[in-house]
Amino acid sequence: MKKTLIPVALGLAASLGLTTAALADIRLGASISATGPAAFLGDPEAKTLEILVEQLNAAGGIGGENIALVLYDDAGDPNKARTFATRLVEDDEVVAIIGGTTTGTSMSILAVAEDAEIPFISLAGAIDIIDPVKRHTFKTPHTDRMACQKIFEHMQGQGFTGIGLISGTDGFGASMQAQCKDVAGDFGIQIVADETYDPKDADMTAQLTKIRNTAGVQAVLNPGFGQGPSIVTRNYRQLDIGLPFYQSHGVASDGFIELAGADAAEGVRLPGTALLVADLLADDDAQKPVVTAYKAAFEGKTGTPVGTFGGYAHDAFMILTDAIARAGTAEPAAIRDAIEATTGLAGTTGIYSFTATDHLGLDLSAFRMLEISGGKWTLAE
Amino acid sequence: MKLSAKTATLLVLALMIAVTPFFFPSGYYYRVGALIFVNGIAVTGIVILTGYAGQISLGHAGFAGIGAYACALAPVHLGLHPALAVVLGAAISAVLAWLVGRPILRLKGYYLGVATLGFGILVSMVLNNERDLTRGPDGIDVPELGLRAVLKGWGLDMTNGQFWYFFCGLILILGAWLALNLYDSPTGRALRALHGSEIAARTVGVDVARMKLQAFVISAVYASVSGSLLALQNKFITPDVAGFMHSIEMVTMAVLGGVGSILGAILGAGILTLLPQVLTVFAEYEQLVLGLVMMLVMIFLREGLLPSILRRLRGTGE
Repeated sequence: MKKTLIPVALGLAASLGLTTAALADIRLGASISATGPAAFLGDPEAKTLEILVEQLNAAGGIGGENIALVLYDDAGDPNKARTFATRLVEDDEVVAIIGGTTTGTSMSILAVAEDAEIPFISLAGAIDIIDPVKRHTFKTPHTDRMACQKIFEHMQGQGFTGIGLISGTDGFGASMQAQCKDVAGDFGIQIVADETYDPKDADMTAQLTKIRNTAGVQAVLNPGFGQGPSIVTRNYRQLDIGLPFYQSHGVASDGFIELAGADAAEGVRLPGTALLVADLLADDDAQKPVVTAYKAAFEGKTGTPVGTFGGYAHDAFMILTDAIARAGTAEPAAIRDAIEATTGLAGTTGIYSFTATDHLGLDLSAFRMLEISGGKWTLAE
Repeated sequence: MKLSAKTATLLVLALMIAVTPFFFPSGYYYRVGALIFVNGIAVTGIVILTGYAGQISLGHAGFAGIGAYACALAPVHLGLHPALAVVLGAAISAVLAWLVGRPILRLKGYYLGVATLGFGILVSMVLNNERDLTRGPDGIDVPELGLRAVLKGWGLDMTNGQFWYFFCGLILILGAWLALNLYDSPTGRALRALHGSEIAARTVGVDVARMKLQAFVISAVYASVSGSLLALQNKFITPDVAGFMHSIEMVTMAVLGGVGSILGAILGAGILTLLPQVLTVFAEYEQLVLGLVMMLVMIFLREGLLPSILRRLRGTGE
């Protein structure tokens, strides 16, 4: 893994307990779960931040001032994340923090950032991070509630009224299961079968058979994360269930198609971001330029396909640097105000417009309904 | 005048806690210090169980989890003050340790290790799965202890980091003092006797099962208090605190520093808490370095770092 020299040098000096001389003018901090159980999210996020910092500095930084990124790996441990957040604030004296790959680490960093009155942009999904609104905390990924709404909106359009739910019992699956049950009624949809599986299970045919045998199921939705949904998808084809099958945004990456196999994943629908269908976007699509640029940069540097999660980090960095440029100063308070004033900023995840009461800044249009066809993502709308 | 080992240990500990802040370049070091003390408290409990009584627990994080979630849940659901929640957590941990330990500790050998392993995993599963109560793997907020505000009212204004550094340091000294007193008490002598040989201890009239149970319950309370302090300090807790890795970490810290010596075990806690902070640049190799350090200590310094080094210094090595 190629790393830029500046963060390495900074990290080395900091780790030896030295007070570093200002190598660069604007210091940004990040605590990302680049290793550990959430590494499949955190690793592309960390790489994305490193690539973007390098790119920005090569292009002259912000108003001639270079960016220095202090990046720590919290390994998905909320306790470590809090320690690193404290370190970023107290020792590294950063002006803003990006990070919190998981909900747990984000909640830990959030407390430190709010105390220190430093803007913080989280990369985790849970709605608790920005609801109720905290003055200095923002986030880039959509909430699982919005994913449920997007899926149900599509189902409603197809005329479905009864569906089966099969959810993972991990944090992501459980949270989305609860949100989906909460909003289903708004779309005239009734959840007639509700099954769960352990994310480490190797076979979900029992739960799927039960769903198949439930009367009134017209489609099946699988809120889940990691490898579980791939196994569900394969079992779904093995059982030849035949009903339309929906996945969540949690598996919106090429890795899912690979794991499940193109045959099994054929026809699976899910709410994803513009990033997955960069080539299919209309030329006048506001997100097209930023999505293509990020895809080219990431894939050129790392040789691996872009995913939604790296995109979250991209958007956080973009929102932050845009705010610093508009604020014209690197004062945390000014940056915070500028972030909150962001309007119509096109990122890879959606078009962000923050207000004092909305620190997520996305609406349902940020999601595109995608369908897998021949092992590729296509637009379902 | 010659200081007793007990006074010397407490003095060294108190001096280190009081003096090191003068060398802190920034507030962040208070946070690291407080974490070392929190781990030090749990590890002191391990010294009582493993160092004194020769028993092994692989599920002490379960008790830390109970202590932590008591602080998160009791103030909300029972209206208890967070300080009382610490006591409640310790009491629940003690009762559970007694229930788990009573049948197991009548047996000789490593049954306790297996039983506690199961117990730890059980607690972690309950915390993960009882979503309605614990909010599941995403974690839950913990109320403010409120002591800092009280101290401020008395004219003692500290930052959050400073407060937790000195508060946890104080509790660590208290915990070490209790553990050292226990070492010299009849119970401590009985524990050391049964550590040497259970049959011999039984022959001279030691109630082996009861003594082992006592050590297990006391060490569970230490782990519980350490979990509570972590939760109150972070004001947010996830089920990771009760995870299997955390149990292993506690034992590793104690064994690394010297499981027979309180100061050694706290040194072990210090090293293993600091290591990830020093190795941030080499985050990918952290596990490797940890494993290597552990193996070298086990091969060359079998009693753990501090006791082995002290022995060399005194020139009484083999």
